[in-house]
Amino acid sequence: MKIIVCIKQVPDTTEIRLNPETGTMIREGVPSIMNPDDKSGLEVALSLKDQWGAHVTVLTMGPPQADDMLREAYAMGVDKAIHLTDRKFAGADTLATSQAIAGAIKQLKYDLIITGRQAIDGDTAQVGPQIAELLDIPQVTYVEQIVKDDNQFTIKKKNEAGYQMLQVSSPCLITVLSSANEPRYMTVSGILNAYKKEVEVWGFDQINVVEEHLGLKGSPTRVVKSFTKGAKAMAQMHEVDTDKAVEIIVEKLKEKFII
Amino acid sequence: MELSNYKNIFVFVEQRDREIQNVSYELVGKARELAEKNNEQVVAVLLGYQMDAQLETLIHYGADRVLYASNSELDQYQTEPYAQTFTQIVKSYKPAVVLIGATTIGRDLAPRLSARIKTGLTADCTSLEMSDEGDLLMTRPAFGGNLMATIMCKEHRPQMSTVRPGVMIKGEKDKSRTGVIEPVEIQFDPSKFKVKLLETVKEAKKLVDITKAKVLVSGGRGVGTTEGFEQLYALADTLGAEVSSSRAMVDAGVIPHDRQVGQTGKTVRPDLYFAMGISGAVQHVAGMEESDYIIAINKDPDAPIFQTADLGIVGDVNKIVPVLNEALKKERAKRSE
Repeated sequence: MKIIVCIKQVPDTTEIRLNPETGTMIREGVPSIMNPDDKSGLEVALSLKDQWGAHVTVLTMGPPQADDMLREAYAMGVDKAIHLTDRKFAGADTLATSQAIAGAIKQLKYDLIITGRQAIDGDTAQVGPQIAELLDIPQVTYVEQIVKDDNQFTIKKKNEAGYQMLQVSSPCLITVLSSANEPRYMTVSGILNAYKKEVEVWGFDQINVVEEHLGLKGSPTRVVKSFTKGAKAMAQMHEVDTDKAVEIIVEKLKEKFII
Repeated sequence: MELSNYKNIFVFVEQRDREIQNVSYELVGKARELAEKNNEQVVAVLLGYQMDAQLETLIHYGADRVLYASNSELDQYQTEPYAQTFTQIVKSYKPAVVLIGATTIGRDLAPRLSARIKTGLTADCTSLEMSDEGDLLMTRPAFGGNLMATIMCKEHRPQMSTVRPGVMIKGEKDKSRTGVIEPVEIQFDPSKFKVKLLETVKEAKKLVDITKAKVLVSGGRGVGTTEGFEQLYALADTLGAEVSSSRAMVDAGVIPHDRQVGQTGKTVRPDLYFAMGISGAVQHVAGMEESDYIIAINKDPDAPIFQTADLGIVGDVNKIVPVLNEALKKERAKRSE
C-alpha cells in the first residue's frame, strides 16, 4: 500500500499576539509547527503502516524552512519526503495550491492520500477536497477512523450530530481530524537519522502543470485588503468587592430586562 | 469568461433528514440583501427527496425562485451526487454568487465544486458586501482570528463563499411573499459514485445548541474545574441560559466540544454573554464579539477580554458566581410576589 500524506508548516497561531498600539500582528518569535490536523493525518498513515505495511511519503508545499518539518516527519517514521518549492507557486490561493500538489501527486503511485482537515493559519479546509477533485478520486472529510479491508477502506466520518460509517475503494483521499489520535513522538534514532535522509526538492519542472494554473496567476481569489479588527472601547471597569460586584451586575441585568 | 452572463445570488439549501437547516434561511436572508443592490434575484437550490412541502418556506424567507432537484440519490448528503447536481445547475443557470453554509456538509461540497468549476472559493466569511460592479467583497478571519482579510474573485464566476451558521441573520418570515418553484432534471454519472454510506449514527448525548441561546454563561480557565462549572450551570438555570466555554476547558475535558465558543467552536451572538474567567484570546473573541452585551469577570485587570466586554468586573469568578446566583434568585422571588 502506498500512502501520501500532505502536510503544512504553519505559525502556531495560539502564540500570535497583537501589538496593542498599532493593532498589527507580532510575528517575531512565533514558532513554526507541523499543522496539528496534518500531524494526526500522518499518524493515521504510520498506524496503517504498522498494521498492514505501507510506504509512506510526505509532501509539502512551502518555503525552504519547511525542510525542518519534513525532517520531523522522517523522525516519526516516514519513508520519503518531497518538498515542493518554486517561486512560480508563490501567492497561491487554495485552488492554485491544490493544482501544484495534485500535479506532484500525479507523478507518484498511491492507494490513499491523507490530508489534515484544515490548517490553523487559514482554517479553510479546502485544499484536501480540491486535490481529490483534481485527481478525480473520491474524498471523505472529517475522518476520525479508517480501517483497511482488502482494497477498500471502512471509514468513520464525524458530523455535527454524530458520525457516519462509509466504505470507499482505493484510491481515495481522506481529511483527518486532530481528535483521530495522539500523534507519536519522534524516536531518538529517527531524530539522529532524519538529517541524513534525502528530502527530494521539486519545482515547477517536476510537475506537469501549466504556469497559468499556479501561484498568484492561477488563483481566482485575491486578498484585496487585510486589517486587524479596530479596537473596541474598553469595558466599563469595576474593581470592587464581591457584594458590590454582584450589585452592579444585577442592576445592569435589570436595565437590560434580563431579569 | 463573459462575466456579465452570470447573474443572481444562489444559495445552496442544506437539508438533513429532509429538514431544511437554519443556516440556509440565514443565507437566504443575506442573499436578499446582496441581490437588492443590483436588482438581482435570490435563487434557493434544494437537493433532496420528497421535500415538496417545504419549498414555499424558502420563498417566505426571501427567495424569488426555488430550484428543486428531487432524487433518491440526493436524499442524504453524499459528495459526488451532490457535486454532479450542483455543477449541472451552475452550468445551466450561471449564478453570479453561490453561498453555502460552512457545516460538515458545506465544507465538503464547496471545495469539491470550486475545483470542478475552476472558480474561487472563500471559506467562513463573516461579512459579505456587493459592489456596484457586481463583485462580492468577502471578509474572513485568518491566523486564528488575528487578522481579517477581504477577498475578491473578480475574473471568475460564480463567486463562491461559505458562511458559518449563526453569522448571518435570517429575515422575517413573510407568508405573503410569492415566488417561482422550478423542478430540475439531473443526469447522473453513477460510475463516479464510489463512496458507500453504511450507516448514519446520531450520538446519544444530549446536544445543546448554544447558538440559539439568548443568554450564555461562558466559563474559561478562571473557572477551572467541574465544580466551578456546576456553579455556572446553577446560574444559567436561574437565568434560563445555556452554559458555554472557551477552548481551554474543552481541551481539559471539563466540558464537551459542542459548548465551545470561538474559532474552532461555534459563533454565537446572544443578547447577553457572560465571560467568566475567560482571558479573551483572539480565537475565543472571534466567536462571541457580536454578542449584544458582554459582561466579563476576571482576576487579571489586564485580561484582553476587557477590550471586548461592555461591563468589566475585576474579581474572583468562583466567589462572585454563587453570590450573584443567590441575588438573582431573590430578585426573581420578589417579582413573583
